[in-house]
Amino acid sequence: MKPLGDVAGASLAERVQAAVEAAAQHAEAVDREGRFPIEAVEALRDNRLMGFAVPPELGGEGAGLADIAPICTTLGTACASTAMVFAMHHICLANLIDCGLESPWHRELMHRATTEQLLFASSTTEAGVGGDLRQSICAVEADGAAFNLAKAAPVISYGEETDAIFATARRDPDAPSSDQVLCVLLADQYELERVSTWDALGMRGTCSHGFRFKATAPIEQILPRPFADIAAESMIAGSHILWSSVWCGIAADAMAKAQAFVIAEARKSPGSPPASATKLAEAYARFRTIEATIADALARWAAMRAAPERAATVGFSLAMNALKVSVSTTALQVVEDALMICGLQGYKNSGPYGLGRPLRDIHSARLMISNDRIMAGAGQMMLIQRPAAARRA
Amino acid sequence: MMEKIRELIEQHAGLPPGAGEIADDTDLYRAGMKSFASVQLMLAIEETFEIEFPEEMLNRATFRSASAIAQAVEQLSSGSMAA
Repeated sequence: MKPLGDVAGASLAERVQAAVEAAAQHAEAVDREGRFPIEAVEALRDNRLMGFAVPPELGGEGAGLADIAPICTTLGTACASTAMVFAMHHICLANLIDCGLESPWHRELMHRATTEQLLFASSTTEAGVGGDLRQSICAVEADGAAFNLAKAAPVISYGEETDAIFATARRDPDAPSSDQVLCVLLADQYELERVSTWDALGMRGTCSHGFRFKATAPIEQILPRPFADIAAESMIAGSHILWSSVWCGIAADAMAKAQAFVIAEARKSPGSPPASATKLAEAYARFRTIEATIADALARWAAMRAAPERAATVGFSLAMNALKVSVSTTALQVVEDALMICGLQGYKNSGPYGLGRPLRDIHSARLMISNDRIMAGAGQMMLIQRPAAARRA
Repeated sequence: MMEKIRELIEQHAGLPPGAGEIADDTDLYRAGMKSFASVQLMLAIEETFEIEFPEEMLNRATFRSASAIAQAVEQLSSGSMAA
């Protein structure tokens, strides 16, 4: 393993910038070849951004979601696949930190996450559950102090590149499908068999292949909190916030191209503002709602985490669902607005205004956890939502 | 009140047949209660006890077990009586 980059003296902005440059430089090749953005991830490691959420007493910097989200956005302007890998990794790490501070094994893994800049992936979806995060078919099978787990995973993003997989499973072979735990499995504790290949429209560098895997690991590696609580109280909200931040970055990239195009047009015809400037202003109005929605979600998140019981209310969950659905839809509109502004220059894959990659990447946003599914769940919650003004005295 | 709550859990929590005996402190989510079932249960409790859960009580902890529900109902009923 090569030594980690020296970050002494480098500001957070400089560290992020170094990773963004690596991501931008290789984004086209990553997309074209559908390969893992290894150069960008190495740059994130060299700049110690993979473990900076680990608490200081375990060697990290204690970074929170409000620190991670803007980095997802900045990376998203350069390479959406890199940004999404960074986001998904940090959701796993947040689960580890949230649930593992009392457990010696998990504390040691947190320490390693920062000293070795480990990469974490998750395996939540399973063949046969219809994409429902909150259901598992596979089960933890205890065998003395160890357990066995076999799972058919239609998707594990960067499953072949990760140092550990966070996998959901039923608590034991008799548990109902919704009684799940989250198992941390190190790369030398499982065997992956690739059963399908990720050759997708966009987000091609996430390498979200399908796998069957078998693992054997000590029982102490299972996170002590029920997955139902992890999902409801931090993981779903955290995912929506970080994913939305990635999509915001894709939209920002499209906005930058559209603006450059309009400026070039304005230079060509001094005296009369180009018609596309009005369209650019309309696109910007949409883009601002994305930024504002994310800022609002981060504020709600901070308030929830500051409350002593950290209990996510129905109102909080509804706000996070609304964030995901609204940003995924609006970011796509913004990229389409940019395409209309740049016209054929945007449609072309070559040249400074090419919007093909962002357009293909952003199309994943409404699908990764389908907006229809999220709205169906939100519809149930709307039955019991209590706006303050409607409360009985 | 406990008996009534247990009855409502039986009717609305949608627990799988193999869930076994539901004790006062049985974790209903672990026993298999899904989110829509918890919504139904909550609405039934509001109707039965003529209470309304405020936003800050609409979280998982409030509906985790029969005894947690009883505690919440008591808190809300005594609150309205005092008012």
